[in-house]
Order: sequence, then C-alpha cells, then structure tokens
Amino acid sequence: MFAYLLRRLLYAIPILIGVNLLTFTLFFMVNTPDDMARMQLGVKHVTADAIEKWKVERGYDLPLFWNANATGTEKLTHTIFTQKSARMFIGDFGRAENGRDIAREIAARMGPSLAIAAPTFALTLFVAVCLALLLTFFRATALDFWGVVICVLLMSISSLFYIIGGQYLFAKVWRLVPISGFGESLDGWRFLILPVLIGIISGVGASTRWYRTFFLEEVNKDYVRTARAKGLPETQVFFRHILRNALIPILTGVVALIPLLFMGSLLTESFFGIPGLGSYTIDAINAQDFSVVRSMVFIGSALYILGLILTDISYTLVDPRIQFGKK
Amino acid sequence: MNFQPVLLWSDLLLWLLAFAAIGLGVYSAHVEHLRRAWARLGRNPVATGMASILCIFLLIGLVDSLHYRPRLEENPATNAASGAAHYAVEVYSLLDALLSNLRENHEKTYSAPLAIRSYVMETEETQAGVTRDYPRLIHGGAHLADESGHSRDLLLRAAQGIVLAALLFFLLKTALARHRKRRPANAPGFAWEGVLHALGAFLFFALPIVFLAAGYHVFGTDKVGQDVLYQALKSIRTALAIGLVTTLIMLPLAIFLGIVAGYFRGWADDLIQYVYTVLNSIPGVLLIAAAVLMMQVFIDTHSEWFATAAERADLRLVALCFILGVTSWTGLARLLRGETLKLRELDYIQAARAFGVSSGRIITRHLLPNLMHLVIIALVMDFSALVLTEAVLSYIGIGVDPAMMSFGTMINNARMELSREPTVWWSLATAFTFMLILVLSANLLADALRNALTDTPAGGGDPRGQPGAGA
Repeated sequence: MFAYLLRRLLYAIPILIGVNLLTFTLFFMVNTPDDMARMQLGVKHVTADAIEKWKVERGYDLPLFWNANATGTEKLTHTIFTQKSARMFIGDFGRAENGRDIAREIAARMGPSLAIAAPTFALTLFVAVCLALLLTFFRATALDFWGVVICVLLMSISSLFYIIGGQYLFAKVWRLVPISGFGESLDGWRFLILPVLIGIISGVGASTRWYRTFFLEEVNKDYVRTARAKGLPETQVFFRHILRNALIPILTGVVALIPLLFMGSLLTESFFGIPGLGSYTIDAINAQDFSVVRSMVFIGSALYILGLILTDISYTLVDPRIQFGKK
Repeated sequence: MNFQPVLLWSDLLLWLLAFAAIGLGVYSAHVEHLRRAWARLGRNPVATGMASILCIFLLIGLVDSLHYRPRLEENPATNAASGAAHYAVEVYSLLDALLSNLRENHEKTYSAPLAIRSYVMETEETQAGVTRDYPRLIHGGAHLADESGHSRDLLLRAAQGIVLAALLFFLLKTALARHRKRRPANAPGFAWEGVLHALGAFLFFALPIVFLAAGYHVFGTDKVGQDVLYQALKSIRTALAIGLVTTLIMLPLAIFLGIVAGYFRGWADDLIQYVYTVLNSIPGVLLIAAAVLMMQVFIDTHSEWFATAAERADLRLVALCFILGVTSWTGLARLLRGETLKLRELDYIQAARAFGVSSGRIITRHLLPNLMHLVIIALVMDFSALVLTEAVLSYIGIGVDPAMMSFGTMINNARMELSREPTVWWSLATAFTFMLILVLSANLLADALRNALTDTPAGGGDPRGQPGAGA
C-alpha cells in the first residue's frame, strides 16, 4: 500500500511541473512583464520609467531563466522562473497587487468556501441518489419518463438563472433569508441556506440522470434476478442489493471532486458576497491580478491531482479484485 | 454599390461549418451504416422536432452572419472632387437590415413589454404647470392616438398572428397527410410529425410577435431604450458561434490525439495522456481567464490592426472560441482513446493488420467510421454546455466583447435590475427563455442521438454537466 501510494504521488510531480511551466509560459513569455505593467498602470499614458519602476518593485525585472549577471547558484535562482514560479512548490505564492500575502489569504478563505461547498456537495449527492433510485424503481413508467424530462430541463437552465431568480424570490420577495453576506459565528447559518439550496437545485438534474444509468445497469444483472427468485420483496432487493452495488461507481466517481471543494465556486460566492476562494479568484480576474490567478491555477491543479489519487485509492478499497501495486 | 460587403472571421467559420454539415449529410447518405443510423434517428419525432428548432436558430444565425457596411450619404460640397465612395464605420448584417425597424426604434429608457408609456416617471412642463407622469413612448404604440384602444389593438394584432399561424399550420398538416397517403402505411418513415409540431409551435410563437413587433416593443426596452427582442435575436449568432466554431478547433485535436494515443500506445500514449492530464488539472475557468486576459492585453496593444469595432469584437469572439477549443478537447480525446483501445483488438482490425494494411489506412477506413457516433454525440452535448458557459464567462467579464450582443452580456447588463424598485424583469426573462429553448433542444437532440447511434440507455456523459458553470 505504501509503495503504491508513493508511486502515485511521484506521478503527480511531473504533472505539477507541467502545469507550472504552462502557466509560466502563459504569464511571462506570451505576455511579458512589460505588458502586465502597462495593463496595471493604464494602457495609454505610461512612461518607460514607470514600467521599469513597477517591474523592480515586484521583482519582474529579472531575466526569465538564466541570470548571466549573477554569480554561482544565483545564476539559476535569481530569475523570474525560480522566484515567481518554482517557489510555489514550497507554498510561497508571493504578494498580490494590494500587497497582501497570497498564501495567508488563501488559507483564510478556504473556510468560507468549504462552508458552502461541502454541504452543497453532500446534499446534492444524497438527493440525487434518492431521486435516481426512485426513477429506477418506477422505470419504464410515466413517472420515469417525466422525471428524466425534468432532469434535462433542470440541466438546460443557466446556473445564473437559479442564482438571480433564487435571490429575487427567497430574499427579496419572501424575505426568508438574507440576500447575501457571510457570518463567521454559528449564527451565520442563515446566510448559508440560500446558496446551498441553489447549488443543490442547479446540480441535481445532471447528477440524477447520470446516477440513474448506474442503477439501470445493475437492475438487470444476474444477482438481482437471484435475489428476486429467492422471494425477497422488491424494496429489499433495491436497498440491500442494487443500491449497494450501484453506489460503488457513484462514490468512486465523486471522490475526485472532493478536494476541489476547497476551491469554492466562482458564481455562488461572488453573487452572495462570501469571502471564499471563488470570489477571491473573480476579484483577481477583474483586477487583472496575475499573481493571484497564477497561484489559484497552481492550487487548483494540485487539488485535482489529489482527487485523482484519491479516486485510485477508493477503487482499490471498494473493489478487492484490484490489488495495490499492480497496474 | 450601396454597400460594401464585410467578411468577418466568425462569418467565414460559421458558413464553412454550415457547408461542412451539408457535405457530411450528402456523404453519409452514401454510406450504408451511417444511413441506417440517420434513418433510425429520423423515426424519432423528438429528434426531428428538436432538430427543426435548432435549424430555425441556425437560420437566424446565418442570416446574421452576412455583414456589410452601408454607403454613407455623399456630401457633394466636400466629396465631389475625390469621387471615392465612403462607407460607414458601423458593420451591419442582413438580419439588421431585416430588423431595421427594431434596431432603430430607440426609446429613452426602460419600458415594459408591449407598453405605450415609459417605465420611468419624468417631469414634464406644460402650460398647466409642472407635472410628473409616465411619458408616452416615442415608438411603442405611437400609432395609437387614443390610449383606450391599447388593449384592443394588442388583441387584434395577436389574433391576426394566431389566425395566420393556424392557417399555415393547417396547410402544413394537410400537406403532410397527403404525403402520408401516398406512402404505404406500415413503412417506417421519417417522423414528419416532429417537424410539423416544432414548426407549429414556432409559428404560434413567432407570428403574433411579428405582428405585435410592428407597433410595440414586444419584450420591452432596456436601460438605454434598446429593444430587447432585437438584442435576443442578435445574441443567437454569438451563442451559435461559441457553440459551433469551438468544435472546429476541438474536434481535430480530440480526434487526432485520441486515436493516436489509443492506436499506437507506447510513448505516444504516455505523452498525450500527460498533456491532457496537465490541461485537465488546471481549473477550466482559470485557464480560460488566463488566456482571455492575455488576449485582452494583445488586442489593446495592437488596436491599430482593427478597422472597425466590430472587427475587434469579432476577433475576440474567435479567440474565445479558440481558447475554449484548446481547453475542452481533453474529454472527447480520452473517450476516443478508450474506444480505440477496445476497437484495435477486435478481429476485423487485427485481420486488416495481418493483411498488411497501413496504419493510416486502418485509422481512416476502419477506426474513424466506428468512432463517428461518439464524436457526433459529444458535439451536440458540448454545444449546449458551451452556450451555458458563454453566459457565465461573460458574467465574470472574460467572455465576449461587452459591445457584442450575447445572452451573457444581456444578463450581465441586467443583473441589478431585479433589485431596483420597481423591478425590471423582461431583459433577464427574455435572455433566459431564448437560452433555455436553445439549450433544451440541443440536450433533447443529444439524448435522441445517443439512443439512435448507440445501444446504451439514455443518460451518461459528464456528471458535472456544465463545464465552468461551477454553481
């Protein structure tokens, strides 16, 4: 098990290096620091001196890969690549345009993001599995047909509509919950209801339709027929046999998404004014703060790779036929 | 000439795609197994109905893709000597010319759907003194001298549209019935009833609007007084461009890399898998944001390249499609790789290899035709996902040019309107309704396609459904 995990972790390193090089190419070579400076300082009336000063302040005046003016190992370390890109591997993300330390900001904002994303994720999973089970139970009836149609309808509606409509209806017309905001203390739960509810509604259509196919696949298998032949009531067949077996592909499928919950969601957080990573990203995009966007790209891909590793592990845990260490 | 034709990049690509689709249709009519798959699809009334609705959208988009610059009125005093024609800086499309009525009839500010008075109170000075009132609109219901005739006029116009729609629908229905009578009853044929019902729904929806639009703003006007119906119709082209032009970038990448990885295996497979894991691992929205920010810098620093604002907005649209294509090929490539791995072990491919058929020929003759159904399904599913993504991206501010009409910019401009008092709901409602119709028909068509082209039950695909939507 340990050797297997180690190998999976080692496999992650070249991918992270690839992400790092790609973002470096995008942010420093396609788009030079001069362009960035011009963007930040205003495109039109900007002097060469101002650009130079901006670059020196932020350490963008160094050469890209190889510093010929330095001595010893500094030839390699005193470059933009090492200072700005490679240092992300040790958790140093540098500073944002407003001077704040990005690493500290990210750590502080993970909590609020998770407070929205985790309940949304868990409840969507629960509701979708229940609905999919219901549709499968009434398969090939009118209920199943219209259920799938409603799922497709829910999928076809823009998530912007759910958020804008939900805020209007629940917060403005019915005044059930606050329109936006976030509370650190326990009383803050009132702020969470609406974003979580909207998250569930906008995600449940696609998930239900997807899980339904897993259930339908199980329904006609031999072991289910055997269970029925033994005289088990249909509810028992569903909950003890079909549900348990269909949960395997469902759970292993969603494991990959769990680490990404830390990233929060862009739209929900910006609409509801939640100080999480999603709104942080949107603010950075709008302010064209490249160092924050770069850091978020790096963290996002690290979490994605973590998700891949967790998926592999969960496969080996639920399916004894897959053994550790064997590919 | 009274105008100068303008060929924008996205026009070129959209028309290219339209011709490619026609070519594909002609080609597949000559190939046996493809013809059978299309025939199976044609027997499904949902599929034919949804395809007809998409065709209507496509038609609007294509009419909107013929651009020109109108000739300016010559000023004889200054221009007589030069003799050269001068053309306007604004670029219009054929659709603009058809809808010139809607485009030019600007109000001052918000007005509700079908209203004859403004939605915002204004101070008027008359002989009697200063009064605050909702002023009459400049164009909406301007033909009515007396306001009491408002509702009667509305009903009359709507009734005219409905009667005409009913008449046309009845004609189509009898034509179909006569067509049916000539054919043997038991032969499974094309599901014309799907087309009939879709066209009928369209007629009953569109004709009353056409009649009403001649005198009113059917979906109201927005903050600057522009007709919302006009905006929605113009947005269709943007949505189609995002959904279709993107596939032009995505498909070659996905097909080529997916098949190469699956067929040759070894180091090519390792390399391609590595590339798509790296691309996949970057959160989609962030990669798009990064690339769009780069593009903005590029366009800002090279503003001298673009003769008109439309050209700049258009290049931004094409670049956005390019970026979306580069970031979204990975899913399909992985699917094709897996399928190729399976197919290459099958007997007929093994036999072809034993006969010494070259790899290139095996791939084009034997593999590609058997992967086509996956590509077509992915294409339609991606289309609906991309239309939804465009709205989200434009909301975040990394979508199409703010000057270009799209569902995303419509929603973005109207985002605060629900929280103002009194509420303005029609811009949002119109944008969401048009988008829903477009996406829903694509999704239902994708379902029908999946059933017709594969034997698996409905469902499947990406569990997250909307890439980048991240709600």
